[in-house]
Amino acid sequence: MRDVVISVEKLGKHYVVGQQRDPYGRLTEMLWGLIRSPAQALRRMRAKTREGIWALSDVSFDVERGNVVGVIGRNGSGKTTLLKVLSRITEPTVGRATLRGRVGSLLEVGTGFHPELTGRENVFMSGAVLGMRRAEIIRRFDEIVEFAGVERFLDTPVKRYSSGMQVRLGFAVAAHLEPEILFIDEVLAVGDADFQKKCLGKMSELGHGGRTILFVSHSMPAVLRLCERALLLDHGRLVTAGPTQAVVRAYLESDLGRTSERRWDNRSTAPGDDVAQLRSVRVTAAHGYPTDEVDITEPIDIEVEYWSARTDTVRPSAYFHAFNGQGVLLFASSENSTDDWRNLPERPGLVRSVCRIPGNFLAEGLVSINVAIATYNPERIHAVEHDAVAFYVVDRTSGEGVRGEFVGDWPGVVRPKLPWTVTWIPKSNDVASEADDSSRTLGDRQWSIGERFGTQGE
Amino acid sequence: MIAHQQRASMGSDHVSHIEPRHGWVRLDLRELWSYRELGYFLVWRDLKVRYKQTAFGALWAVIQPFTLMVVFSLFLGRVGGIAPDNIPYPLFAFAGLVPWTLFAQSLGGASNSLVGASNLIQKVYFPRLLLPASAVASYVLDFFIALGVLGLLMLYFAFPIPITIVWVVPLTLLAVATSLGVGIWLAALNVRYRDVRHAVPFMVQLLLFASPVAYALELVPVQWRGIYLLNPMAGVLEGFRWALLGRESDPPVDALVASLVVTTFILILAVGYFRRVERTFADVI
Repeated sequence: MRDVVISVEKLGKHYVVGQQRDPYGRLTEMLWGLIRSPAQALRRMRAKTREGIWALSDVSFDVERGNVVGVIGRNGSGKTTLLKVLSRITEPTVGRATLRGRVGSLLEVGTGFHPELTGRENVFMSGAVLGMRRAEIIRRFDEIVEFAGVERFLDTPVKRYSSGMQVRLGFAVAAHLEPEILFIDEVLAVGDADFQKKCLGKMSELGHGGRTILFVSHSMPAVLRLCERALLLDHGRLVTAGPTQAVVRAYLESDLGRTSERRWDNRSTAPGDDVAQLRSVRVTAAHGYPTDEVDITEPIDIEVEYWSARTDTVRPSAYFHAFNGQGVLLFASSENSTDDWRNLPERPGLVRSVCRIPGNFLAEGLVSINVAIATYNPERIHAVEHDAVAFYVVDRTSGEGVRGEFVGDWPGVVRPKLPWTVTWIPKSNDVASEADDSSRTLGDRQWSIGERFGTQGE
Repeated sequence: MIAHQQRASMGSDHVSHIEPRHGWVRLDLRELWSYRELGYFLVWRDLKVRYKQTAFGALWAVIQPFTLMVVFSLFLGRVGGIAPDNIPYPLFAFAGLVPWTLFAQSLGGASNSLVGASNLIQKVYFPRLLLPASAVASYVLDFFIALGVLGLLMLYFAFPIPITIVWVVPLTLLAVATSLGVGIWLAALNVRYRDVRHAVPFMVQLLLFASPVAYALELVPVQWRGIYLLNPMAGVLEGFRWALLGRESDPPVDALVASLVVTTFILILAVGYFRRVERTFADVI
């Protein structure tokens, strides 16, 4: 029997654009208009409600009890709107959804935190806001504090916490919620790498506990690891739903997953904080123009432009992670090992960094790039953009590539063209016996070292 | 194991439907009640934050009405005929200022309660009415402290504690209801029109002169009394004075009835308006 706990039918959410823009001054504008020409003003008011965008339209799906479902799609595809509607933060314009069970939503880390309150007080505040009962918070208090690792600072106001500590405490509270249905939005984009891993672990634990989870994420590896099923949204519509592998592949291989260029001209919407903000990310091939398809033998430039509030102590640097279509992290690269970066002027300004990925290095298929800007000691991520750009590497089997004349499937997550030294070995018995001797003596030596270690230990 | 089963069975009972609502939405008291613990935490947070890192702490609850009382006494206490002769003017002024402060502070707190919690509203669901309600509730505690000081003041002036003091309880409820009604309405209005934030302090100042705080209701000319009593705080203030300092005179029945009617009216309209626009808070705020 199918045990459906989330049932969504033709859900739609319409946003009035005029409504969001300029909440100030509308009253006077409206009143003045009403006085001057009432009919025209009324008509305009009615028209205003019609224009706008459908952030979500005609979305229908069912989720069975205990499923962990990933929701993926480009920025602005309606993922967050879907979670907001389902967690009742905003009302749908049309359609309906039925949820069977206690619902919890986690759209942000540290919901309900007040900077003036202490860590202890904020655990209670945030717990209550997220729907925990007082008795429940008391019962799990020690567990939460231990998970966050902030025992020593429990009676310190949260405003004096580092941002990492705030995130840890916020997530710790949320991770101990016990709803039957949980909505999670991209909360893993923050915090240090170790803690992200801990959160992912905790979340998969939640999933196995029979809880139903809807998880919005840009991180394909996280979605692939945590979710059995996934939904793909685009422009507010449901494109596909099904097993995660298939949906992620559909996303990455469709045009939805590819972009050669991203720009944020407006700093208020650009990802980042007051230390560093992204301005643009571009993929360019040999011809110097943005491209989303590159020949496997050609070098590729990843260009990142960012606003940097650099001083002699604050030194933001850009780095990126390259993933393949299966969500495997291929490699990471950072500018902070370069002299160019070390020699940047120590004052705020714009920085353009270009990283060249050599030809004959990546494998065929889709490569997506997560870009971030961080400062180190202590490690802090200031800006992050998942799937900032993505491109397709094609092998035209011209004979120049790694595969040479072989035309079948070539395995491996990268396809570097490595130097091979190929020489003809003349037939000789001496060479073989020499090699045999050396390996035996090496083995003996290792054995004796190990023995000595053992006796010293006792 | 048992706990788990209980939760599972509880869950199957717990079905929520999400769909667009139209027009006026009724007040869901059962839901509000189920969120009472969050309400309690919100009040607790407001109080904690208000008096954290302050040297005087909860004394601030008293400083404001007390200072106003001193100022009123210095400038108006000498003027005859503005208050009954048989009541010391400081006592007269303070008995009005205590409920007035509750009203004024509640209005300020409630009208900013939604905008101040915009982050919460965009990130998590709970009945939004909790926000203005808890803002008002947090000032009720201040009110009780000030009421205690009023008691001390009565002892100081050797004013006999009358039997009518029991009326303070329903009158407090009326004061809270008035504050709640106006506060809820202003809170919802402030989400869309930030003008409210500028208008409220100004409005409260004006209302102070249009309410019998520094002077007695008798001073209002009879032909204006009807309009004057549309201000629901007029009845509340006169009621407090009568209950505490009335010396068993006749209660101000017309003022109290007017206040009760106007407050009920405001409260119903305010909750109705709030519920109606609540669904767009997260989009507009």
